[in-house]
Amino acid sequence: MRSLIDILDLSTEELRELIETAEDIIADPEKYAEVCRHKKLATLFFEPSTRTRLSFEAAMYELGGNVLSVSSANSSSAAKGESVADTAKTVSCYADIIAMRHPKEGAAFVAAANASIPVINAGDGGHLHPTQTLADLLTIWREKGRFTDLTIGLCGDLKFGRTVHSLISAMSRYEGNRFVLISPEELKVPSYVKSVLKEKNIPYEQTSDLMEVIGDLDILYMTRVQRERFFNEEDYLRLKDSYILTPDKMRSAREDLSVMHPLPRVNEISVAIDDDPRACYFKQVKNGKYMRMALILKLLYEAGTLKTLPERSRA
Amino acid sequence: MTVDSIQNGIVIDHLRAGSAMKLYELLGLSDPSLTVAIMKNVTSRKLGRKDIIKIDGITDVDLDVIGYVDPEATVNIIRDGELIEKKSIPAPERLVNVLRCKNPRCISSTEQELPQIFALSDREKRIYRCIYCETRFSS
Repeated sequence: MRSLIDILDLSTEELRELIETAEDIIADPEKYAEVCRHKKLATLFFEPSTRTRLSFEAAMYELGGNVLSVSSANSSSAAKGESVADTAKTVSCYADIIAMRHPKEGAAFVAAANASIPVINAGDGGHLHPTQTLADLLTIWREKGRFTDLTIGLCGDLKFGRTVHSLISAMSRYEGNRFVLISPEELKVPSYVKSVLKEKNIPYEQTSDLMEVIGDLDILYMTRVQRERFFNEEDYLRLKDSYILTPDKMRSAREDLSVMHPLPRVNEISVAIDDDPRACYFKQVKNGKYMRMALILKLLYEAGTLKTLPERSRA
Repeated sequence: MTVDSIQNGIVIDHLRAGSAMKLYELLGLSDPSLTVAIMKNVTSRKLGRKDIIKIDGITDVDLDVIGYVDPEATVNIIRDGELIEKKSIPAPERLVNVLRCKNPRCISSTEQELPQIFALSDREKRIYRCIYCETRFSS
């Protein structure tokens, strides 16, 4: 059974197809409005999340499907001590596809190994969040028209920021990209992410000074310092305001910079930047829904749950 | 110092000096019913210094563990006083229930009966990663 746990489970060819489907949905949403009729998506969210769950649910509704929802660990069987493996087996009896978020790293992998329906990893702790990366990729594609030869700055919490890890993995597969990793010392990217860059000889630089590098960037991917990833409140308070993007700082950036953020933001991007044409984060939210629609279609089709898919119009 | 030769069992020779106790732990040789001799930091023509473990009476240990701790070690299997096999064990692709993931955020820290599986991610540096959370472990 095909699932999506890690963005690298998808080949670059498959990513291209997903982007084509998403573009087709954007161009002609009517064509897709009934494709998943009578099909059910189970959203199992064992960790607080509003936007990702809503995005999945909106995606399924826009495909004409239905949604079964578990929205907190406290109100579910997990609170009674049920294992992820058993939950996955049980939900496989009710739904056609699962989107799961869980605070433990590797939880979606365990669910996929035990479910008899496709599982989409909607975030496993600080580890991976591949559908956010799908949203990011569609945004980069629509803003830049390419995945190659880009200087990508990632700023903020690069240690626990799973969206950052997934985006680095995904963009490492295209040629000519360069990464600028901007974070305080305590929130640097983990070694396994850096080892991917080193293995592939991908140029990257690490710095703690955003202003030193902002003028070089094609993309600036901002992240929030996440309170829920810290064991210690003191560390969180010390680091939370490390980087705040303001209109003043944006003056040093290029005219064609794209500012991205997986959201929710707290204060790391000043609200005044929302009207700047370089701000892409709300477009990213919308793109996320379209990519989740494309992904649900792909996985349900591969599982044999959907017999046909609408033909994509050729642009 | 002499240690009697064994009739049936395993002699793990040419272990990197200092690695015998780690292997002793991982192979579960502290079981009081087992007869085991450990020689540590003895002179070796090949290595300068080496460790040796002799296990009397059993031959069915998890050889992958030896490959994990030291792929250069020589494993001698002895039956009825005869050396029947002599080999090195390459670092295994997967280690099942040998190591425990130390990441408190890993699903394997809470999920009941989930096997602890590590996969080899860099053979040269002998780096293993937890298959669930990718936390690294080097031997």
